[in-house]
Amino acid sequence: MSTTLDMAQLDLRAVNTSLQAAAKAQANDEFVIENPRGSHAMACGLDGAIRVTVNGSTGYYCAGMNQEAEITVTGSAGPGVAENMMSGIVTIEGDASQYAGATGHGGLLNIKGNASSRCGISMKGIDIVVHGNIGHMSAFMAQKGNLVVLGDAGDALGDSLYEARLFVRGEVKSLGADCIEKEMRPEHIELLTDLLARAGADAQPQEFKRYGSARRLYNFNIDHAGDY
Amino acid sequence: MCGIVGLFLKKEELRPQLGDMLTEMLITMTDRGPDSAGIAIYGDETKGVIKITIQSDTPDEAFPGLDGSLSAAINKPVGIKVISTHAVLTVPADTETAAIAFLEENGLRIMGSGQSMEIYKEVGLPEDVAARFDLRGMGGSHGIGHTRMATESAVTTMGAHPFSTADDQCLVHNGSLSNHNQMRRTLARKGVFTRSENDTEVGAAYISSRVAEGATLGEALEGTLEDLDGFFTFVAGTKDGFGVVRDPIACKPAVMAETDDYVAFASEYRAFADLPGIDGARVWEPEPATVYFWER
Repeated sequence: MSTTLDMAQLDLRAVNTSLQAAAKAQANDEFVIENPRGSHAMACGLDGAIRVTVNGSTGYYCAGMNQEAEITVTGSAGPGVAENMMSGIVTIEGDASQYAGATGHGGLLNIKGNASSRCGISMKGIDIVVHGNIGHMSAFMAQKGNLVVLGDAGDALGDSLYEARLFVRGEVKSLGADCIEKEMRPEHIELLTDLLARAGADAQPQEFKRYGSARRLYNFNIDHAGDY
Repeated sequence: MCGIVGLFLKKEELRPQLGDMLTEMLITMTDRGPDSAGIAIYGDETKGVIKITIQSDTPDEAFPGLDGSLSAAINKPVGIKVISTHAVLTVPADTETAAIAFLEENGLRIMGSGQSMEIYKEVGLPEDVAARFDLRGMGGSHGIGHTRMATESAVTTMGAHPFSTADDQCLVHNGSLSNHNQMRRTLARKGVFTRSENDTEVGAAYISSRVAEGATLGEALEGTLEDLDGFFTFVAGTKDGFGVVRDPIACKPAVMAETDDYVAFASEYRAFADLPGIDGARVWEPEPATVYFWER
């Protein structure tokens, strides 16, 4: 069943209440949101398997804390899209503003355009694929998960990085403290092949370079690597 | 937090609608800045004539007869247009300095001056400020606006944006400057003085002093990256257009939109929602530490 919610008639709270109720009921419904007009906190806090298409652009914190839902924004997203996502898929057809996917624990954030500064800051297990470029200080203190960038990365990529893996196809303007280029091993090619396919990205895994933590900055004990 | 909006029209026919479009954008930014609002609008100009926008808390006492007394003081004809707490006086360009000195001596606050720029700003909700000045009815080629949530100085008319520190130049700002007191002293040593305690006015004075020294507006905006410390997204207006620059850390939001008809700037996309043709516009986020410029 597909339901259209028009924000020219409904306010944000009514729209989010409908979406959250459907998610909770595990109804597997489909929703189309019309006239989002850059609203904040659009389709946030969903914790069930529903599909939502937002026709237009959103403001701050779209799809925040998402769990299981599949959310697509046909325009661009403002700051903090898919912040603290747990699972599910969030697709942005246009650009994403700063700190996209911040602190995300799981799921896939698929940005078809560019992401600006601080993309994937403090990510904790989320997969982020950016088809365009990312801005400065991306993956700052990123702990776990994968950040894949088909374009270029800005200054200080992966500063104070923990165990997240960063894959960049284009130029990296500069690496942050304790972030280094690393060897692409067969398991990374395999991982990247899967991520690129899931994101519908037109790129070959062999074209990417991998970056990761030099592990000099934080208290990492290799004997406990399996526990991280 | 503050809200900034800017609109530069490419299409002559849209000029009568400038105030209406900009006001809609300004009101949408109310929750970023509910304590004061202001707008600088670049409208009609007459060769050899300068417009001086002034403000008074007691306009009923201050404005009647002011054109006559100013005219007597400078010995030249003077025009006056009163809008609520503001009035726009028109004087021959060669009498501008004397006219401003007379007005300040008589306790009037100078909002700005120039051939085409008029500035309207007051304390209050953006919607109320817009209604008070009938901003919707104003036409022009371009304009910038600001909704304020004060951090660096008191909530007063003089603390509201835009700030103008030279003819036809003005500045709006989202952020806070941390070296404004030092910069204020540096500028004062060069003979450049500000009228308020506000950090943004120092930014405006810095830019206009650089321009006065021979820099282009683009060079002056680039200079802010080197010489001003703090957080900023700046939009600077001139007679011919506007420029945008964000500090290198760029934590203050900014978004731009361009169509064949206009270039628009806002703190958030929401402000664009009612612009004509926005669905087909090129929308992007200005890069940090990069100067953008539109001029006619």
